[in-house]
Amino acid sequence: MNVFRYLPTDNLRLSIGLLLILGLVAFWVLGGIFIDLDDANPISGAPSQAPSMKYWLGTDAQGRQMLPLMVAGVPITLRIGLIAGGLGVIAGTTLGFTAGYFRGWIDTVIRSASDVVLTIPALAVLVVVASTLSSGGLSANSMALIVALLSWMWPTRTIRAQVLSMRERSFVDMARLSGMGNYEIIVRELLPNLFPYLVASFVAAVAAAILAAIGLEALGLGPQNDPTLGMTIYWSMFYGAVLSGWWWWYAPPIVVLVWIFVALYMTSSGLDSWANPKLRRT
Amino acid sequence: MSLLLEAQNISKVFSSGGFGQQQKTVAVDRVTLNLSSDTGSIIALAGESGSGKTTLGRILLGLETPTEGKLLYKGKDLTKLGNQERKTFRREVQAIFQDPFSVYNPFYKIDHIFNVAIGKYNLASSKEEARHMVEEAIRAVGLRPEETLGRYPHQLSGGQRQRIIVARVFLLKPKVIIADEPVSMVDASLRATILEALRELHKTDNMSILYITHDLNTAYQVADNIMIMYRGNIVEAGDVEKVINHPEHPYTKLLVNSIPTPDPTKKWTNLSTLSTPPFRGTAIGQGMCKFVDRCSVAVEQCKTSDLPFYLTSDTRRTRCLLYEESSPVPVDAVLDY
Amino acid sequence: MAEIALKVRDLAVHFDTRVGTVRAVDGVDFDLFVGEKLGLVGESGSGKTTLALAIMRMIKSPGRVDKGSILLGDLDLLSMTNTEMRELRSSEISMVPQGAMNALNPVRKVGAQIIDGLMDHGRGGDKESMKSAVQDLLEQVDLDGEISDRYPHQLSGGMQQRVTIAMAISLGPKVIIADEPTSALDVVVQRNVMDTFERVQAATGTSVILVGHDMGLMAQFNDRIAVMYAGRIVEIAPVEEIFARPQHPYSKLLVSSLPHTRNKEVMKGIPGLPPSLVETINGCPFNPRCPYVMDKCLTQKPPQKETENNTKFACHLPIGSLS
Repeated sequence: MNVFRYLPTDNLRLSIGLLLILGLVAFWVLGGIFIDLDDANPISGAPSQAPSMKYWLGTDAQGRQMLPLMVAGVPITLRIGLIAGGLGVIAGTTLGFTAGYFRGWIDTVIRSASDVVLTIPALAVLVVVASTLSSGGLSANSMALIVALLSWMWPTRTIRAQVLSMRERSFVDMARLSGMGNYEIIVRELLPNLFPYLVASFVAAVAAAILAAIGLEALGLGPQNDPTLGMTIYWSMFYGAVLSGWWWWYAPPIVVLVWIFVALYMTSSGLDSWANPKLRRT
Repeated sequence: MSLLLEAQNISKVFSSGGFGQQQKTVAVDRVTLNLSSDTGSIIALAGESGSGKTTLGRILLGLETPTEGKLLYKGKDLTKLGNQERKTFRREVQAIFQDPFSVYNPFYKIDHIFNVAIGKYNLASSKEEARHMVEEAIRAVGLRPEETLGRYPHQLSGGQRQRIIVARVFLLKPKVIIADEPVSMVDASLRATILEALRELHKTDNMSILYITHDLNTAYQVADNIMIMYRGNIVEAGDVEKVINHPEHPYTKLLVNSIPTPDPTKKWTNLSTLSTPPFRGTAIGQGMCKFVDRCSVAVEQCKTSDLPFYLTSDTRRTRCLLYEESSPVPVDAVLDY
Repeated sequence: MAEIALKVRDLAVHFDTRVGTVRAVDGVDFDLFVGEKLGLVGESGSGKTTLALAIMRMIKSPGRVDKGSILLGDLDLLSMTNTEMRELRSSEISMVPQGAMNALNPVRKVGAQIIDGLMDHGRGGDKESMKSAVQDLLEQVDLDGEISDRYPHQLSGGMQQRVTIAMAISLGPKVIIADEPTSALDVVVQRNVMDTFERVQAATGTSVILVGHDMGLMAQFNDRIAVMYAGRIVEIAPVEEIFARPQHPYSKLLVSSLPHTRNKEVMKGIPGLPPSLVETINGCPFNPRCPYVMDKCLTQKPPQKETENNTKFACHLPIGSLS
């Protein structure tokens, strides 16, 4: 398909982004092979040790070794982002297409709903929901579902806008004159054209979901027993790591998070160029 | 002569704006016209932008629903057709659109427009037969399959793309073609080729063509009959040579005179010799001649009455008081083609 | 000998692209006389818009002027600095663009935009004199003075185009380049706008280059017409000559493919496609499509010829062979 020609060769941001993601995956996979992940549990090493030859990234106040902790935390954080972002984009695509293609009252309902929910401060709602439900302790998957609740609005709006303009194009009329019905037009004609845009939306949604999850976790509302990056930061604050000078506790998760966000942003920006030829820099 | 499409008193009103500030635009105002199969004529529908000609074309194609009036296909109301009948309607009434680029889905190769139609209408029983049909259609419009099939739209020129749309119509063999400005976005040297291809189609397969345009020159060359549309109304209709060489309605006269003739010895008449319209600035609405604010020979009655057509000859009708000696024909009387 | 307003010699504009160097304008020579209306006709890809932009020195990378000279009176436009050129643009040589909607600032009133132009070129003054200058200009283009207080979107297409004409003449330039100024307008409005443009031109005596592809419009407006093909001017002649006695095969085909509302006949197009401008063209660029092609057309560049009626054309055929 012609659009794939434009991938990485001309697109610096996309190349960098994908490279960074690749690095992340390599960290996770290779780490899983070479490092014993049990060392990420408490009391697997002496507590509060600075980085040394024995503990490459040191240990936290509860004896978790930092390097295994990072290797174990990355996939969980990514999983939360992927589930929440994925659900958000799937919901957004369905709602956006329905609203944008069929218009009329269904469009008014969906549009008003997304506009109203967009104005609600997401983090505040998430905090309320999470703290109500987490009395017994949240699992990572529940977190993902909670974050997904508030990640559908932006994809709905942007996809709706794309569909609105696309349905006016003559090839939609042409498809109708060739005997296609509405649903077939949506799936065969419109969806493939929006594919690059949907992928870009997805990556952006994942980044937003991870950010929301980190926010919740840093407030202590995350899964208590899973070594996610956000929870690590929470524990480091809880145990006063900054004041005690245990930089190896909070620095690694921050570095990894920055890496994740730069990777996701670059990829999303590069995908935007791919999706929207006007943004291309040739 | 079997009636294929009957537009009965069709009007289309667009309303825009939100709560309380609704603005209504009357795009099509009570147009009645019939298109029959097997007489196969080429009718031009001419007008400027805002005349409603594209909207009327879309209504005839079933892509827009009229606000008032009915569209009948083979005697049955379009909205009441069964699934199978609707499919036949879709196949028999085809279109050629203006923009040779946006008619193609950029995701697919150009083969897609043929394959979808062949698939949905079961036109071929095997892949070889389908391929054969497509190649034949492409050759029929003067292109070579090796140079066009398997390519993406942006790899072909505008002229080639438009010809392929004509090839698609050739393949489908519809009864009626609605061609909306098929050559206005194509280079001058290619226009004649494409229009000639359309004329050939009409001759060999006897299809009726509704040629929507603002270019009276090509309308003259291509069509047998012409309807002049102004602000939603058909103001004059008749034989194309007579209407263009001897226009009756003041708007038709204005239109014909405004065309720049490619003959430097016949210059445009000096505009300052034309008299100012007496009712300039009048607000245009229903119940009056819509041309009254620009017409230099308008009289009071033009502002207050909803004019009928006047039959100035067997085949000519004009909606202007200048011809009130001729027999009047009501506006919803059928225009038969 | 009429005075020459603009002299273009051997002008070439090349675009450096990944597929090669595109010769959009490939060696163009012509003179524009004072007070003359010259039509520049060609199809898409002929180079006419590139030529117009090159004259205004508005070619942007990856395009560049490869060689040639453009003389506006005594001024060598190609050797001017950017600052000097900015001064000249609008005051000595100005443009009426194709889509007025794109040229007018949607958030400023029309009168203010005209004043902006005047002030940018040091023709400012006190409020009163500026206002009356604007009123004057608007009247010249048949617009009511009160238009100056309106925003572009409140005007019709024809009125917007008239405003751009007013802006083009506001500084009294010697040359106006109009790039398809009416292609977005309906035929009736087009006639009115061109009528205005013609009267303005007659009153100010400015030379005009009208770029377009509508031969009818060209016939009605211009004194001379230059026909472009594949980046070269193939024929340049007085307007009556081009239509009555075209000398170059392309001009002839162009004229004969025009539909006339006089007799219905089989419509003929020009078969084939214009050549790729990337490959070097040997001989005459029209040779694959020319019905009169000879052997030497494939290898030798056609010589410039001139008829006694002031038609200049580049072809291997002898003068008068096409009549």
